[in-house]
Parts: sequence; structure tokens; C-alpha cells
Amino acid sequence: MQTAQTDRSTGVEPTIAVRGLWKIFGPAETKISGSPLLELSNSEFRLQTGSTIAVRDVSFDVRAGEVFVVMGLSGSGKSTLVRCLTRLIEPSLGQVLLDGEDIRAADQERLRELRRRRFSMVFQNFGLLPHRRVIDNVAFGLEIRGDARGPRLARAREMCELVGLGTYMDSFPEQLSGGQQQRVGLARALAGDPEVMFFDEPFSALDPLIRRDMQNEVIRLHHEVGKTMVFITHDLAEALKLGDHIVIMRDGRIVQAGSPEELVGAPADDYVADFVQDVAKANILTLRWIMRPALPDDELDGPEFPPTTIIRDALSVAAQTEKPIRVVEGDQLLGVVDRRQILGAITGPDGIPE
Amino acid sequence: MMSAIPRRRIPATRRFWAVALAIGAVALYIAFAGQWTLPHNNDAPFFERLNDFRAWIDANRNSNPILVVLIVGVRTAMGALFTGYLGILQVLTWPGLTVIAGGLGLLVGGRRLGGLLLSGFLSFGVLGLWDRSIETLAMTFAAVTISLLIGIPVGIQAGRSVRFYSAIRPILDVMQIMPTYAYLAPFALIFLIGPTTGAIVTLIYAIPPAVRITALGIRGVAPATVEAATSLGATRRQLLAKVQLPMARRTIVLGINQTIMMALSMVVITALVDTPGLGKNLIKAIQISNVGVAFDAGLAIVIMAIMLDRLTTRASERVDPARAGGAEGPSRQLRLAVLVASVAAVLVGTFVIDGGQFPTTIGFSFREPINAAVSWVSLNLYFATEWAKNAATYGLINPIQYTLTNAPWWLVGGVISALAVVVGGIRPALITALCLLGILGIQLWEHSMQTLTLVLVATLLTLVIGLVLGILSARSDVFSAILRPVLDAAQTMPAFVYLLPAVALFGATRFSGIVAAIIFAVPPVIRLVEIGIRTVPATVREAGVSAGATASQLLRKVELPLALPALLVATNQGIILVLSMVVVGGLIGAGGLGYDVVAGFVRRDFFGEGLAAAFAIVLLGIMLDRITQSAGSTRARDPSASAGDDTATAPAAG
Repeated sequence: MQTAQTDRSTGVEPTIAVRGLWKIFGPAETKISGSPLLELSNSEFRLQTGSTIAVRDVSFDVRAGEVFVVMGLSGSGKSTLVRCLTRLIEPSLGQVLLDGEDIRAADQERLRELRRRRFSMVFQNFGLLPHRRVIDNVAFGLEIRGDARGPRLARAREMCELVGLGTYMDSFPEQLSGGQQQRVGLARALAGDPEVMFFDEPFSALDPLIRRDMQNEVIRLHHEVGKTMVFITHDLAEALKLGDHIVIMRDGRIVQAGSPEELVGAPADDYVADFVQDVAKANILTLRWIMRPALPDDELDGPEFPPTTIIRDALSVAAQTEKPIRVVEGDQLLGVVDRRQILGAITGPDGIPE
Repeated sequence: MMSAIPRRRIPATRRFWAVALAIGAVALYIAFAGQWTLPHNNDAPFFERLNDFRAWIDANRNSNPILVVLIVGVRTAMGALFTGYLGILQVLTWPGLTVIAGGLGLLVGGRRLGGLLLSGFLSFGVLGLWDRSIETLAMTFAAVTISLLIGIPVGIQAGRSVRFYSAIRPILDVMQIMPTYAYLAPFALIFLIGPTTGAIVTLIYAIPPAVRITALGIRGVAPATVEAATSLGATRRQLLAKVQLPMARRTIVLGINQTIMMALSMVVITALVDTPGLGKNLIKAIQISNVGVAFDAGLAIVIMAIMLDRLTTRASERVDPARAGGAEGPSRQLRLAVLVASVAAVLVGTFVIDGGQFPTTIGFSFREPINAAVSWVSLNLYFATEWAKNAATYGLINPIQYTLTNAPWWLVGGVISALAVVVGGIRPALITALCLLGILGIQLWEHSMQTLTLVLVATLLTLVIGLVLGILSARSDVFSAILRPVLDAAQTMPAFVYLLPAVALFGATRFSGIVAAIIFAVPPVIRLVEIGIRTVPATVREAGVSAGATASQLLRKVELPLALPALLVATNQGIILVLSMVVVGGLIGAGGLGYDVVAGFVRRDFFGEGLAAAFAIVLLGIMLDRITQSAGSTRARDPSASAGDDTATAPAAG
């Protein structure tokens, strides 16, 4: 298997850069910097200090305009991590840079300014104000940053329309369904026109059909408004569906980072492999991942595809020909894919005997 | 910390120690009975010192700057507030006030509430108690205003800062444990007999619920919402004004409701220190032992309590943020109509008829029928009441009191402290010992033992009655539904109203004090028992039934053991309520500390003794509260103890 780590250093400065971020809950937090105790495993650390490591030496870059997904099971530290990025929880060690500015160095005044204008957040339990109408909830962030009533209501109205709540603006939150309530949360987060939006498991509390709607809504909004999004989820399918780039967390540390096809095609360890095992690989992987070198007796006059084609998209063509598909980039033949590889991708590694 | 293994063994060793304690106590009692007793001495040096203190206060009340500022300041503020409210209520005249109240009820809670308030205010007049009722109302408003001005800001702070809350919590606890009646004496010392003292005492009683419930409301705001607002860049002030307060407003209004109810009940009691209002009629009725007179005043108080309760409860529902969308406010026309009607009624009251005086031609009093009924009962049921009184007096009160007062003081103190160890552990035992030493130092041992006797007997009877009625209501929905309004009414009545029926039936005796205490304390006990049994999980009950348990086995082996935490809370509640009431029993000469307090009010030379008795009551209260509360918490922490006797011997095998 090839280990794939796309080169993400594009030369452009990342929107968010996280460097060596730690979060420790408990008495050890304040005196831990540079201590050898940080080398201990999580359980030994807890035993020796009575404190818990929630986020452990995490570093990553979020590039402008991408959907960056942090995935992990409960207790993996992903919710703590996202709160550290906006300092809803104070990080213990490390740096969080927003366009090069160290968020940890910001004083309360500056931090509020950042929260009011530069980033916003959507929460799992919505966090709506039950005593305000939908439109006032959407306008809430604008109100507390001091926008005048007229413009802020106009903006809130626009946002309600954008998320499809145009007819519910005068309703109160409890009159809405869960999905609609989260649309309010979305509109509220969008209203301040932030640079970055954080999503903390926003759809976990919704039932599956609504969840799919809301995921599509996020994809649509991402196309329309083009925000940088950091999305926390415990649902792998959601991560693969939304993410341009995914990091998988376990026990407070990142176990793998990469694009969806990199995670599925080349899991870094058994933990990730376990995760992606049931994923329909044909929907994620491209031909590049399953092609083999052309053999002398291959018939090389079959259909041709570029290597970035998702397997699923090549299926109908492959079904109509006996000949192997040629994977061609420019003029160069990279390899071929025959039915064996395609079926293997569909059924999983154990499906077809070699 | 103790590991799990020794803790498991506690029940077995606990039983051993209990038996050893009992045998030892009996042996020592037989050996030393009648020695080391502490007979009561009316001229104990401690009382003299308190008398001297009072003399000093009396001499310096008008010259010592601190006293002057304190007394004048508080008196002026409270006095101005009271006279202000009273003035407003009087200026509005009775037709005006009645219509305004009805209109307010209409706007807040619709027609039924409007009707309730309208007829409620009319009934004050019809009962011939208009002026007294208005005084009580003004006094309550004055106390509530100050309580809220202090309680809500403190509560907000307590809701936002865990540290602040844990710092003030013990103070709130003490303010609430102390029997209301015991506050009166020390404050009367400084502020003299009069409405000021009444107001201050009321404040002490009414502020804790305002603080607690406000704090509860602020802390109860969904963390997700607070976090969302913070993530949008809200300042602390914005968070409070736009998120926490609006979302907590329902709870805060409920806190106002509680504060009003507490203040009202206390305002009535403070009639003892000459606070104006309906309480005075009650005191008078007790003095002349006239049940009918008291019934009218008691009824007016209950009506007032119900009106204030319903009004504020409805108001809290109206402001519930979760119902923001559903609640339709009253229409503009309705508001306008209420306003016009109110103004018209005030004008009529001012210019057309004499609205200051409720017409005496319309009047009704329950005095005659009630008094007739009482004399019928005391005449025809004499044998029954006499039997009950004698049974309790000779069967329970006298033997216990004899034993407690006749045993050496160190034996009684030692046994109670040892009991505290067995029941709750070292800490409550230390507090118990300290309280007992305090009582010793106050030199009121014998009277304290008398009061303790009354408390023990009353608590015992309260628990028996409460358990029986509680089990019945848990078993029968019909019974529970019938009992509920009775319990509601019983809990809204000011405590010492109950002295009257007790006196009417049983004469001015210790037993009457106990009966009044039982009436007062039994409703919450019934409630707690019922809740405890009803909340036993259905699956557990089914498991018992499917194992073939009979109804009584189910009750004894499943329901009561599982309801034990609730039963222990019931015991704690019962004992505290009984204590506060047994003290009130002093009014009818029930003896012990209560009588000392009453005497202290009335007779100057008994002042020191009365004040000391008030302290002794507080000490007894803290002691009993800590012992019963620690029993509850150790039981709750120790699952094998609550599982009943069968498992107590089992752990040796495991």
C-alpha cells in the first residue's frame, strides 16, 4: 500500500494554524509546561497527577475556504479541541494562529472582537434563546456587537432566507423542529459574516433523514458563501461526505490526517482501518488507488479515464466492456483497472480471492 | 478515605454498638438516676448577664453612635416603606383596591384568577377584617421589597460564582434552620418591640429563598446557550442581561413567589412583637381562647396566601421563556378596560362612597358557628379527647420527660452524642456534643429536656400518622386526590393557628402543643412518604410481585426500603417543623423553652431567660437537624444499609 499524504504546503498562509496544542484538565495544568510528565501515557499521567489529558500535542493547518473535519469517538478530545480554537476552553500549551495572529495572546477585549467578527460556532444542542423569535436569535450576535437595529434585522432576514427559514422568522424556537432549530443556529453563525465557522457535532441530535438534509445544506452553503469551516463529528460517513481534509482523533491525539480517499485508501493504523472498513470504497476512492501496472497481454484499447475519477463513476463504462480500463494522465498510461480491482473495491479486501 | 470493605461492615458493627450503648445507658441510669441533674433556676447567672446586656442596650440605644445609626436607619427605611405601602393601599380605597386586584388577576391569569382576587379582597371586608388585611399586605410588601432588593442581586452573584455560593450557603442554612420564633427575642432586644423588629425578622426568613431560587435559576440556564452566546462574543454583562436573566426569569418569579409566601407567614407570626395586621387578631384570639375569632383571621390569611400564590405562580408561567411563543398576552382592549374600571372604582371609592371604611352592613363571621361546633365537640367527644390526651401524657410524655430530666446530664448528653455517632458518624456527633454543651452553658438544661421530650413525642406521632396516611395515598389515587387540597390548605395556614383547635379540644396543656405541632408537621411528611413510595421503580415492584410477595411483604421488603431516603428526609423535615411549632406551644403554656421565650417578651425580669431560651432552641434545632440529615446522607452513601436487615449479615460471605 502506498502511504499517501498530500502535500498541503501550498505556500499560502493557512487560515488557522494549530501548533503543539495541549489541553489538560486538573491541577497539573498550570505547572506542566516542558515537564517530562508530558511523555507519559494518558492513564499513567492521570495516575501520577490526578489530571486528564484531553488534547495532546495537536498540530494542523486549516486552509482558506476548505471544510476541515475533525473526527473521533466520544472522549477523543475533539469537542475540547474545537473549543480550544475559540478559547471557549483555555488551551494549556501551544499556539492557535488565526491568519498569523496568536489567539492565545489575545486579551478579553480582543478575544471578544474575534468572536464577534472573525469566527462563529454552531452547537450540537443549538444553544438558542427560547425567549426570542427566530429572527432575533439570528440577529443576536449582531446585537451584542452593537450593530444598529435596522441593518441587523435586514441582515438576519437575509440569513433566514438563505437557510430556508423565510417563513419562520417570527416563530419561537420551541415551535420549530430540531432540523429547523439547527438552521437557526446556522443562520446565526452566518449572520456575523465570519471568516471561519466552527461546527461542534451540529447534526448529532437530529434524526438521520434530517441529518442528510442538513449535510446537503452545509455543502450548499459552503458553495454559496465559501467560508472556511471546521467541522467536528463522530460520524465517519458525515466526515467523508463533507470533508476536504479530515483528521482522526483518538485519546486526544491525531492518529491520521488526510483527504477522504487517503483515509479510506491508506488507513494509518488498525484504529483507522477499523473505522473505514465498512465504508463503500467505490464511492470515495479514485482509480489511482486500485490500478495496477499494465501487463503485456492486456488489451490496451479499452475506455480511458483520468486517475482522479471516482471508482463509482467508472462503473457503468466498465460494465459494458471486457477490456481493462486504461488510467491515463495527459498522454501517459499510468496503469489499468480490470473487473477484479473494481469488484475488490466494492466488496472489500476479503471479497475476492487473489 | 475508608475503603469499601470496612464500610460494608458498618451495619453489623452499628447494630453491635447500638445494643452496647443501650445496655450501658440503662445500667448507668439505674446507678445514677436522680444525681447530677440540673434543676431549673430562674436566676441563673447567665440570665442575669443577658439582663445586664439589655440594660446596657436600653441605656445606650439613643447615645451609642453605632446603635443609633443601625436602629434609626433600619427603622426609618422599613417604617417609610411600610407606611408608604399602607398609604397607597388606603388611598386606593376598598372598591378601588378590589377592582384593581381583580383586574390584575384577569390580566395575569384570566377570568378565574380575576374572580379569585376580586372575591378574595371582598371577603376581607365581609369578614370585617379589611384594615387588618391591608396592614398585613403592606407589611408583606415592605418585607418582600427589601428581601428582593437584597436577595436577587446576591442570588445572581451566587448563580454565577460557585465560590461565592458555597461561601454564603452555611449562612443561608442557619437562617432557615432556626425556628422563626427564636429570632424574635434577640431582635426585639435591639430594635424594641414593634413593626421594625417584625420586619427585620421577616427579612431574615424571606431572603434565603430569594437568594437560593435566583441562584438556581441562573445556574439552570442551559450551558449550551451560555456557551453559544459566549462564542458570539457576549460580555459578562450582556450574557447576564440578554441570556441568563431572561432565561431564568420563570425561576426568579417562582423565587418571588416563595419569598412572598415566607414573608406573609412570618409577618403573621411577628404580631407577637406587635407588628400590625391579621396576626394581632390571632394573638388576641389565643389570649381569650376563642376559636371563632381566630378562624376568621386565619381564613383571611389563607385567602391572602392563596391569592398571592396563584397570582405569582401564574405570572411565572406567563414569563416562562420556553412558552414565549405560545403565551398570548391580554389584548389591548382588555388592558384598557381594566385600567378604566380601576380608575373608576378608585374615584367611586374616593368621592361617591366612603371607600376608607368597608360597609359594616355587609358582614359575615364564622365566629358563632365555629364556636358552637367547638363546644359541641368538646362536650360530646370529651371521652375521646380525654383518652387521647391521657394516653399520650401518661404513656409517652411523662415517662420520657422524667427519664431525661432525672438522668445525670452527662449520661443524657453522652447517649445523644453516641447516638449521633452511630447514626451519622463523627462530625454530626461533634456538632451534637457542642450544641449540648452550649445548652449546658446557657443553663437551661431542664427546660431543654422538656422541650426535647415534646419534640420527640410529637415527631414520633407525626411520623406514625404521616407514614400511615402517606402509604394510603401512595396506594390509592382517590385518597391522594382527596387529601391533596387539605394538605395544601394546612400548609398555607400560619403555624400558630393550629394552637386553637388543639386548645379547644385538649385544653391548655403540653399535649395541645404536641397536637398543634403534629397538624403543622404532618402534611410535608405525608407528601414525602407518598413520593418516596410512588417513585419506587415499577420494575422493582414487578420483580417483587413475580417472586410471590404479598402486599405487606412488598411494602416492608421492597417499597419502604427503597423509599428510605425519602423517609429520612421526611423525618428531618418533620422534626424541624415540630420543633418550631412546639416552641410556639409556649403561647398556651406548653412549658419548656417555648414558655420561657414567651415569658421573656412579657416580663422584663424574665428577659434574660427568654433570650437564653431562644438560643437553646436554636442549638436544639441545629443538633436535631444535623443528626437526622447525617442519617440521611450516610444511608444514601451506603447501599447495603438501605437494602435492609437481610443483607446486613451477608457481607461476611462476599
